[in-house]
Order: sequence, then C-alpha cells, then structure tokens
Amino acid sequence: MKLKSNIAVSESGFMFDAGTGDSYSLNPTSKAIINLLNEGKSEAEIIDFFAKNYDVEKNIFEHNFHDFLSIINSMNLTEEN
Amino acid sequence: MDKKKYCIAVTGLNNTDNPGPGVPVVRGLREAESFDVRIIGLVYENLEPGIYMENICDRIYQIPYPSSGADLLIERLEYINSKEHIDILIPNFDAELQSFMKSEKRLLQMGIHTFLPEMQQFEERHKVNLPEYGKKYGFNIPDSLPISSLAEIDKLHERFEYPLLVKGKFYDAYIAYNASQVVGFFNKISSKWGMPIIIQQFVRGTEVNVIALGDGKGNLIGAVPMRKQYITDKGKAWGGITIADNKLLELTHDLIQKTMWRGGMELEMIKTSDGKYFIIEINPRIPAWVYLAVAAGQNMPEALVKMAMGEKVEPFKNYEVGKMFIRYSYDMIGNIAQFEQLSITGEMDGVKSIDN
Repeated sequence: MKLKSNIAVSESGFMFDAGTGDSYSLNPTSKAIINLLNEGKSEAEIIDFFAKNYDVEKNIFEHNFHDFLSIINSMNLTEEN
Repeated sequence: MDKKKYCIAVTGLNNTDNPGPGVPVVRGLREAESFDVRIIGLVYENLEPGIYMENICDRIYQIPYPSSGADLLIERLEYINSKEHIDILIPNFDAELQSFMKSEKRLLQMGIHTFLPEMQQFEERHKVNLPEYGKKYGFNIPDSLPISSLAEIDKLHERFEYPLLVKGKFYDAYIAYNASQVVGFFNKISSKWGMPIIIQQFVRGTEVNVIALGDGKGNLIGAVPMRKQYITDKGKAWGGITIADNKLLELTHDLIQKTMWRGGMELEMIKTSDGKYFIIEINPRIPAWVYLAVAAGQNMPEALVKMAMGEKVEPFKNYEVGKMFIRYSYDMIGNIAQFEQLSITGEMDGVKSIDN
C-alpha cells in the first residue's frame, strides 16, 4: 500500500490531496508512517522500525498501525503498490 | 507598441451572498496582458456592490430588466453605445442571456461583439432538458422531472427516493426529505422564479465544478476544476480550491467537443464514491468564481474577449493546482450623491481609488 501519487505531504505534516482538494494535519507519528510508506517500506518493515525506534510495544503499535491504514484507506488516500 | 484598448460592457455586478460573475470578470479583464480596457457596468439595481467598488467600472448605466423585453433593452444599449462605443458585451446572468442571444445580430450592427452560445446549445442544456441532453451526448445525469402543479408532488415517491432535490428553472435548489417539504420548496421557488419546478434525483457524492471555455468549433480553450470548500446556506461557494482531476477534464473536453459549445460555462457535477460523474447542472455563462481560474493561470475573460473580436486563441495547457479563493464581506462607505445620480439619471462614473 502507498499514498496516491497526487497526494503531497509537507515537512510540517500538512497533507494535501490534489485530486479532491481535501487537506489533513498529520501528527509526528502518522507523518513518520506516511513517509515510510512513501519510501516503499512494507507493513512488516514499518512495524519493526517503530518497535525498534519508538517507546512502544510491537503488538500495540501493530494494532494502531492497522487502524491507521484502514482509516487512510477508507478516506481513499491510498493505492496498491 | 501600444496595447489595444477595448470598451467592454459587463453585467452581474451583484457581489452579494448570491454573487454574480461581473466583478471577477472585470478583475480578469483588468489583468489582461494583451489589451487595456474601459469597463462599462450595466446594472439592474442601484445597490449592486460592484457599482461602488473602487476601480471596477469606469462608467455605470442602468438597464431594464430582461422581463421588459429585448426591444427596450436594445433601445437602452443604443443610447449607452452612442456615448461609449462598446466593443464587447459580456452578459453574466442566466436570466438575461436569452435576450442578448436573440439580439446578437442587432448588437453586432451596433459594433458590439458578444461570444455567447447558440440558442439551441443554450436550450438543450436547460435543467428541464438535462436528462435528454445526457442521453444525446452520453453523460450521466440524475433522473429529473419538471412539475408545474402541487398535485404532482404526491406521486413523486413512485419515481424518486427521498431525499430529492427541488430546483428552480434558473436558480435555487433545496433538498427535500418528504412530500410536505417539497410543497414548501415548490411554493417558495415558484413564487420567485416561476414554473416549472425541477425535481431531481439526489446523488450522493462530492460536488465538483469546472469552469470551461469553448470556441464554438469543438475546441476546449480552457478548463479549471474546483472543489467547494465552504458553502453558504444558498449553496454558493464561499471558498474553493483548484484540484487535479484528469477524468473531470476529459469529460469537460468531451462535452465541449460534442456540443460545440461557444463561450463560458460552468459544469456542476457530483463525483460518487465509486468514481462516477453525474452532471447536475450546466450554467451557460462564466461562473462567479472565475477569478480563481485567472489566478490559477487561465485568464478566461481575456480569452473570451479575444475570441469575440475574432482573434485566434491557443488553448490553455495547464493551471496551478491548490489555488484557493475565499470570499469575504466588507462594508464599503458610499455617498447618497452617488445613489442619487444613479437613481435620477440612470448613469454615473465608476469609483476610483485616490491613487488612480
């Protein structure tokens, strides 16, 4: 899964969908996830990255991560790799 | 080399909460790179805000309402033209377009150029005729039914699911959730805009609009899609943003090509969650948010004027995505002497800022 090509994310965490005109404010965690998705990282790699670099248990992050993915998916912001 | 200077008459200076396109059209014209302008404001009401806005009009004239008939309108324009020598006229109200289209040849004899759709193009995209239009040209249109009596409302549930839209033939649209609401909206709209009232299937989705300009030969000269970000209780865009939507642009291109549309237009569409586009309305003139297109890189009023004067215009190739417009309300201070002059003589000078 990756963000649609016409979605831009700025350094400040402002995300703009040029196809719909919608915009979103990302918190630092979601911005980090989006950046990793944009780099082409797999879901497993992202989970490992957070478990290693953030103060969070892997299963808790995994649960929240999948919630986050389903939210951005339902908002029509993603497409398959 | 000196630029050409055109004298351009514009209507629709009603920059109210139901804004006309006149003022943004003038802003585009004043920013035109290829010519200079003298702007003549043609107004129906003495309190159209564009009359009192600085540096919009050079001279303002009252004109008779479209309901007074084309002859009276032409008579008035003959007088105005004798003073101003108008090169181009850009009408901006749906309700007046027919009068100007019918008078196109007489206007041209007076030296006044227009760039309006043909009568057949104007009629077939009318709200009442939109379903047939969809069938003819192959576009998705929500089911619609014109009604002219309250008795027809009781049977609407046989054809439509609630909620549905109740629309006036020129303006106004309301969502009705039951038959008694339809009755209320029917009375409200018919007292203002007359018959018929159009009942339209409610399509769920996101409203997206496109401003487009056709050359009358099937070529799309310009198109900019916009998503409304802030909508007033009258359904008007108070804020909007240009978007990137290739399917929408393809559809617009297709429509202009098939219908050979001449002039400006606004396509109002609903994009459903499964990516289908339904045309809910086609406005046969430049919309009030045209200045967003100018700011995004497509000065459509300038292109329209050039085409009206017979110049060849190359199609715009792109526009800036993410350009926004935000309207605001602002109290201008006028003087009773201005109001008096317009009321008594039917004409007045435009308002200039001190530094002009």
